[in-house]
Amino acid sequence: MAIMINGAAVAAPGDARVSLLDLLREQLHLTGTKVGCNQGACGACTVLVDGERVLSCLTLAVQADGRSVTTIEGLGSAESPHPLQAAFIKHDGFQCGYCTPGQICAAAAMLREAEAGMPSYLTADLTAAPVLLSRDEVRERMSGNLCRCGAHNGIVDAILEVAAEHAA
Amino acid sequence: MIPVGYVRASSLGAIPPMLAGDGHRLLGGGTNLVDLMRKGVERPSLLIDVTALPATIEEAADGGLVIGAAARNSAVAAHPLVRVRYPILSRAILSGASAQIRNMATVAGNLMQRTRCVYFNDVAGSRCNKRAPGSGCDAIGGFNRYHAILGASSACIATHPSDMCVALAALDARIRVDGPGGARTIPIGEFHRLPGDTPEIETALAPGEVIVAVEVPASPFAGRSTYRKVRDRASFAFALVSVAAGLTLDKERIADIRIAFGGVAPKPWRALQAEALLRGGPATSAAFEAAAAAELAHAEPLAGNAFKRELAKRSLSAILAELAGVSR
Repeated sequence: MAIMINGAAVAAPGDARVSLLDLLREQLHLTGTKVGCNQGACGACTVLVDGERVLSCLTLAVQADGRSVTTIEGLGSAESPHPLQAAFIKHDGFQCGYCTPGQICAAAAMLREAEAGMPSYLTADLTAAPVLLSRDEVRERMSGNLCRCGAHNGIVDAILEVAAEHAA
Repeated sequence: MIPVGYVRASSLGAIPPMLAGDGHRLLGGGTNLVDLMRKGVERPSLLIDVTALPATIEEAADGGLVIGAAARNSAVAAHPLVRVRYPILSRAILSGASAQIRNMATVAGNLMQRTRCVYFNDVAGSRCNKRAPGSGCDAIGGFNRYHAILGASSACIATHPSDMCVALAALDARIRVDGPGGARTIPIGEFHRLPGDTPEIETALAPGEVIVAVEVPASPFAGRSTYRKVRDRASFAFALVSVAAGLTLDKERIADIRIAFGGVAPKPWRALQAEALLRGGPATSAAFEAAAAAELAHAEPLAGNAFKRELAKRSLSAILAELAGVSR
């Protein structure tokens, strides 16, 4: 088996202690994914595993064996940015930028969740699908990603713009 | 983190013998165990990854649900039957942690998670009877805003952090386990233990036993049940107080009712006294407030968490009024 990372097969590490985050950064030099708290509290290390957003700091790399991992490097590039990347630039969805890769990976998965009808704690009708993303809904669904600079207003603006394009 | 072995369990039946070794532990989503390993609180020798095991969510013959132990929290919250019949469970899960953590965490892992008491987590600097039995408890005279007001002991005042388990307590769920002594079912109310003199023993699981599934009986109060969580910030925080409640009405009287609290005790706190006072009686604000006061009369607040008694009373009264459709 292997871990498929942004489409390339990578052998799982022999040492079970290696987190997916450390594998990405220290061994594969995919440094877009950031180390924030390293204890599941900040979301800076968010990546997609089999399309779902997870925390790479609390995922052991061996657990990703046989699975597909997408990092910020796999979502878009400077030449061909993901719509969320373009929207973050347009709406100033960052200051220092440290939380941004995690924010964008989380937002990409969150938009698919809402489209599939995944409710949040705030959703009045648990059976509605797709969910209409209000500002409060986006804030609740993105609460696992902290921004120390306080760029949340721009972040929410960027996500709402891409959500509206999705719905259109 | 100390070196640790890793193996994936191929079947549920293969697990009990694998658990026999010293320091052998089951690994689900890792959201709690991996963090505690990094802090040195947990020091397993072998991790048995159970995330490839059955994660099905199926309807039972009695109209209830059987949720596979490895089902992810987000999958349970999103399941069509859970959303329609058990909004109390869906909302409880959705109030917990963050979307990323809910995607990772399994149902069995949620049941087995350890307390978030900061003194339990602080290996180098704090005494903790749960982590190091007999060493003492620095929470009792320390910063105990988040600690228990019900069911605690002089050895331990830590709370159980789960939201999902509070809803399961209100729903009378049963935990299906298997192990060296054979298969058995443990009522959720008996699954988590109060600390007493042995806070290091947290569940009724025997050595070698593994959670196979969670059985949720058919719920008579699907349409009148919900979960409310009060916390220090609006999202992604543990409960100061939470309430899971459901009721059925017969005209203006309460036909049946279930209430469980989170954030106030070492286990999900089923409010049996309040339920008994309300069952068969009038659905009025006065009755709700009296029942809440009776349940919290036994609270033993500490220096930092006395507010929880009033917060729990008001939260319960408010949620029952909302469910019963009466003005306060």
